[in-house]
Amino acid sequence: MNKEKYKELTSKIVPKEDKTKNALVAFLVGGLVGLLAQVIVTVLENNFGFYHKDATSVMIVLLVFVASLCTALGFFDNLVSKAKAGLIVPITGFAHAMTSSMLDYKKEGLITGIGTNAFKLAGSVILYGVVAAYVFGIIRYVFFGG
Amino acid sequence: MIYLYSFLFAGAVCLIGQIILDNTKFTPGHVTGLFVVLGAFLDSFALYDKFIEWFGAGALVPITSFGHSLIHGALAAAEENGILGLLGGMFNLTSVGIVSAIVFGFIFTMIFKARD
Repeated sequence: MNKEKYKELTSKIVPKEDKTKNALVAFLVGGLVGLLAQVIVTVLENNFGFYHKDATSVMIVLLVFVASLCTALGFFDNLVSKAKAGLIVPITGFAHAMTSSMLDYKKEGLITGIGTNAFKLAGSVILYGVVAAYVFGIIRYVFFGG
Repeated sequence: MIYLYSFLFAGAVCLIGQIILDNTKFTPGHVTGLFVVLGAFLDSFALYDKFIEWFGAGALVPITSFGHSLIHGALAAAEENGILGLLGGMFNLTSVGIVSAIVFGFIFTMIFKARD
């Protein structure tokens, strides 16, 4: 079977993804996460007397906690496949990536499984974040004086 | 009003991510990596600080804020300790997110089993 024919055949079977709907869902879910974060920060500041900096830290910890727990309980993957970028782009995606790669390799042991694979997916975020921050930081420090 | 701005900013960043995912061959790993670099880039002009001022927590939640916090901590430390601070302060602000992700991830991995 040649390539064109194969493409023709598969295009009939593979369901077409509705890009507009995907984008809308990502916007709504991502927006809701942002809204929830702001609600948490405001409530912590006004009702519990947290300083702004501490309130944002607690908010991050809470979001990471919930995302990790939902991943371990097994239903976060479903949510991600529906909301897509709406949950991948926020910090919840980072927590999800770490927890799921640890869980997936749990059966291979503490060191060779969990230890070596913990940063499998989250590693690129940390690596490129640090390299970029270092390069931009040097440029700004040397040329603009910090 | 800050709630609406948070919603709109976080939503917009996710929307851009979704558009990139749908129209290119990029995987979620590519998109998050790209956004972190973008966040670090925007903060080299102190632009991301303005975003956080305007949009509140909505600007702190997307992964772009991770890049922003990395360079922000590094530059703040560089002001005190010179070029060495750039290395020493890199994780000053982001450690909350990273450490909590590691600790919670590990604890929950110990408790729960992977589902197929």
